[in-house]
Amino acid sequence: MEVTTKSMPYDAWQDNEYIEGLVKQLQESGTNVIVGSLDKLINWGRSNSIWPLTFATSCCGIEFVSLGAARFDMARFGWEVARSSPRQADFMMVAGTIVHRMVPVFRRLYDQLAEPKYVIACGSCAISGGPFRKSYHVAKGIEDIVPVDVFVPGCPPRPEAMIYGIMQLSRKIKVERFFGGVNRKEKQQEFLAQHPVEGVED
Amino acid sequence: MANIIQKIQTLFPSATVEGDATPIITIPGEQWHDMALALRDDAELKFDYCVTVVGMDWTESLGAIYYLMSTASNNVIGVKVVAKGDREKPWIHSAEDVWHVAGLYEREVYDFFGIIFVGNSDMRRLFLNIDWVGYPLRKDYDANPDINPVSIENERQTDFTDVYSLDEKGELVKTERRIFEKEDFVVNIGPQHPATHGVLRFRTAVDGEEIKKIDIYLGYIHRGIEKLCESLAYPQTLHFMDRMDYFSAHNYHHALCMVIEKAAGIEISRRAQVIRVMMDELSRIASHCLFIGTYCMDLGATTMLFYTLRVREQILDIMEKTCGARMTFNYDCIGGVMQDLAPDFVDDVKALLAVLPKNIKEYNEIFTGNVIAKNRMEGVGVLSREDAIAYGVTGPSGRASGWACDMRKLQPYSIYSELDFEEVVATEGDSMARFKCRMREMEESAKILEQLVDNIPDGEYCVKVPKLLKLPAGKWFQITEGCRGAFGIYLESDGSAKPFRIKLATPCLPQAAVVDHITRGQKIADLITIGGSLDYIVPDIDR
Ligand code: SF4
Repeated sequence: MEVTTKSMPYDAWQDNEYIEGLVKQLQESGTNVIVGSLDKLINWGRSNSIWPLTFATSCCGIEFVSLGAARFDMARFGWEVARSSPRQADFMMVAGTIVHRMVPVFRRLYDQLAEPKYVIACGSCAISGGPFRKSYHVAKGIEDIVPVDVFVPGCPPRPEAMIYGIMQLSRKIKVERFFGGVNRKEKQQEFLAQHPVEGVED
Repeated sequence: MANIIQKIQTLFPSATVEGDATPIITIPGEQWHDMALALRDDAELKFDYCVTVVGMDWTESLGAIYYLMSTASNNVIGVKVVAKGDREKPWIHSAEDVWHVAGLYEREVYDFFGIIFVGNSDMRRLFLNIDWVGYPLRKDYDANPDINPVSIENERQTDFTDVYSLDEKGELVKTERRIFEKEDFVVNIGPQHPATHGVLRFRTAVDGEEIKKIDIYLGYIHRGIEKLCESLAYPQTLHFMDRMDYFSAHNYHHALCMVIEKAAGIEISRRAQVIRVMMDELSRIASHCLFIGTYCMDLGATTMLFYTLRVREQILDIMEKTCGARMTFNYDCIGGVMQDLAPDFVDDVKALLAVLPKNIKEYNEIFTGNVIAKNRMEGVGVLSREDAIAYGVTGPSGRASGWACDMRKLQPYSIYSELDFEEVVATEGDSMARFKCRMREMEESAKILEQLVDNIPDGEYCVKVPKLLKLPAGKWFQITEGCRGAFGIYLESDGSAKPFRIKLATPCLPQAAVVDHITRGQKIADLITIGGSLDYIVPDIDR
């Protein structure tokens, strides 16, 4: 089963095994993989208009600005509506280093995003702490703080890499019903149960 | 310089002096405050600009070095004060009442070293949580992550700050002071706010629509670069310079390379000098372009961003061809530059210079003369020359207030003394002047590039430098002009392959701190205009 987005032929993806593996895994576990046309329509709409939250802490954020400008033009894909309020955004592009003081703020922003919500860890800082990993005041990757859907390596990733990353996300959204719906939600709930914030009901 | 030292020594016979280019004067703690006043007020000395305060832990003692610059003679000196008391409660007299910006720098030293400044009106931690255990830049700091874990719980915050004074017996007394008045209405702006240009937080007390006071709350992107440098070899420390003010990546690299070369006695080739300066000026144009774009966007003119990024992308292409990256270039290295220029560098720069004037004209036509822009910027956020100096606001923002503070002119480094360019200075000191200064600086940078583009000498681009570079024991200070203002580096070596201390004095910290001063009494909507016009970069503030 070929999962792809409109602007990208299936063979051009570098990592089809991954998404095929996911689909297979779900089929084996007995999840229903037949999608109704309404699901298709919803997912088509969703995956083509994912709106990012304007969230940039440092250098990687500047490449995200370039992504929005005329040359790389993310409006081509329907992602240009960067929202400043998490309540209006679909996904969070975590561009930049996350430090100790930022962690609670970052987590709160994530909690405020409306469902369904996604996170892209963009740049080595968000993935692992990057060049600052050994610092006393830097979180070693955001994976311990929120569940991450796509990782985009680089320091900073080129805008092209960011485009690829977001496309990867829209591809995941397309199959969401297969492995998601219930399944994805469960994973998220599990994660949040393990990383609770006091006084917040997830 | 000799007469200045002489004068200081006659005034304060107990002061000792070491070094000659940027001498460090050591003064006993009890005379420090008198000396600070004399240094600032004496007409001949006139050290009225405090560049930075370097906290130090020499293991046997703690202390601080105040770097000062004279606006009369442009000389730079350091004044070293050793803290009194034991390691539990070391203290020094504050110089906040002498140089306003020193108060903020002292807070930073307190945060990193635990040195208490007696008389400072705000002895809170600056970057770290109030519950942080230990002082990270001390040599005996315990970096075990279990002591200060990453926590998703909200941090504890307080409305009080500490003020220390001495009683008759000379003991430290701590008193608490409210940051805001009890009945103040405080609005929180940031850290997640599009107009703060990054993760900066203003706690703003308002009276109706008017701003009464702003408390800036930093540390949302404090990455501990200074401490990280201490565990790395010299060539490894360089790459952090790309990641503070990422628009001044070349300029900051240049500065750190220069200090290390000065310390190691490395002479670099003329070709490398020219390449470095050209990269610096290209960065400046690219940086100001982005400033204009984002600033106009803050004010509601979204389209400008697309126009200005066009030029920026062109410059990034030039850099990418030579350095192999669009950002975080890591290009300047000890001994020269990493790799030679790309074959079409000269043609590309010429192509840029050909389109730049047209673009600048276009920006002016679209935005500068616009009635709305004028109404929103003219007379808004006025900063006087005296205040610019007292608050340490350098760069285009300082020059817009009439303070000629371009370090390329005041402390000429590299080949800047041979180049013909004008220092852009305005007198109005408002947001419009700051905007226009940057616009005109692009033209001046283009002028520099024009002079150099056909005169890149042949030769090697990097001299041979030992792989494991060891610097002799000593202290060095270098001040350069980044895209946003004076960038100072203090380097202390103990003779090993790793720096003993690197202090990065970045221009954006004072620029963010001055927001409180110039927004008082203005409308809250103007906060966006004023903050944007100062053009600070938050990772550069927090480091
Ligand atoms: S990954 Fe690199 S470019 Fe991105 S924020 Fe971290 S240091 Fe900056």
